[in-house]
Amino acid sequence: MPQLVVADFAPQLVWLAITFTLLYLILARVALPRIATTLEKRRDVIANDLDEAGSLKRQGEEALKVYEAALAAARGRALAIAGETRQRLTAESDREKAALGASLARQGAEAGLRIAAAKKEAMTNVRQIAAGAAAGIVAKLLGAAPDGTAVNAAIDATLSGGRD
Amino acid sequence: MATEHHNPFAHSPMAQFEIHRFIPMQAGGVDVSFTNSSLFMVVALMAVTLFLSLGMRRGALVPSRWQSMAELSYEFVANMMRDTVGTAGQKFFPFVFTLFMFVLFTNMLGMVPYSFTVTSHIIVTFALASLVFIGVTVLGFIKHGIGYLKLFVPHGVPALLLPLIVVIEVISYLSRPISLSVRLFANMMAGHTMLKVFGGFIIMLGYLGGWLPLAFSVAFIGLEILVAFLQAYVFAVLTCIYLNDALHLH
Repeated sequence: MPQLVVADFAPQLVWLAITFTLLYLILARVALPRIATTLEKRRDVIANDLDEAGSLKRQGEEALKVYEAALAAARGRALAIAGETRQRLTAESDREKAALGASLARQGAEAGLRIAAAKKEAMTNVRQIAAGAAAGIVAKLLGAAPDGTAVNAAIDATLSGGRD
Repeated sequence: MATEHHNPFAHSPMAQFEIHRFIPMQAGGVDVSFTNSSLFMVVALMAVTLFLSLGMRRGALVPSRWQSMAELSYEFVANMMRDTVGTAGQKFFPFVFTLFMFVLFTNMLGMVPYSFTVTSHIIVTFALASLVFIGVTVLGFIKHGIGYLKLFVPHGVPALLLPLIVVIEVISYLSRPISLSVRLFANMMAGHTMLKVFGGFIIMLGYLGGWLPLAFSVAFIGLEILVAFLQAYVFAVLTCIYLNDALHLH
């Protein structure tokens, strides 16, 4: 077994000591500190970035809150305006309706008066025609024109009787 | 290489573990030759250094693939330490990271055909495990003084059983470097030996019967890459657990 050749021990031990010590010195003094600083730098940068991201997120959340408050206020105002407008329009239309009703009533009353006048006039006309006709008929039947007063009295009696 | 023909391990599955002296050297009577093992230690050293420094050379905020791999290795070990040791272990992070990367890269480099697996030698893994063991023990005594010995006296053990338990605890503590080193070494050696044996079967059985061992070898290489990673991880995790024992006496 070549591993048990005692004469070969010394050179292996000597070179092991040399190379291992050198490697230790190189790593401990140069290589490892460089890796450590690089890792630390990266950790710092990442921590800073995370902090910044966190603060930006907070800012964003605040902005969102402000926006939502503004939105809620605007919505409230819009509702108020809509309600007000609705009320105003309702009141206006009520007023117009009332005015229209009043004018219609007035016109109705006027029309009633006109109708009554027309009716009265028509009635007098009817009376005259009736008197004329009655006088005519009587003249034809009797051969002599009747007394106007008697005709009028008869018509009056008939009309009042008919009316009742 | 010429000596290979007289070598008792030549053409055996164990030949891959031989140490070859590329540049024979002596220093103060000690053999410090530059061997194939040394070569792959140096390659691993350079590979880890290049992997981390080239990957991190821009140090970009948004990492490239390579940079994120380098960072991934860092965070992998850092998380492992945080889970097992807690924040008290921060001081030892460079050591555990070095240990993990060294074992990981020597294991992985061993998967390259014709390369040499540094961690397949018990002396290397034992040296690393001893470093951990001695370091942790010294740390424990520095941290807790003689009170560190309370590690061997678990809570809630009946007084009658105490002598037995303490002996068992001491033995288990002392066997830590052995289990730590043998686990890594044995895994690496066994895996590479198996690969070599089945590689030999492919050649022996040729076009007629070699397909089965070939399929097995392909699957086994996948498994070995997993083992190479897993053993580096286990080595580092156990180091963390021992470190935790020394820092936070139960």
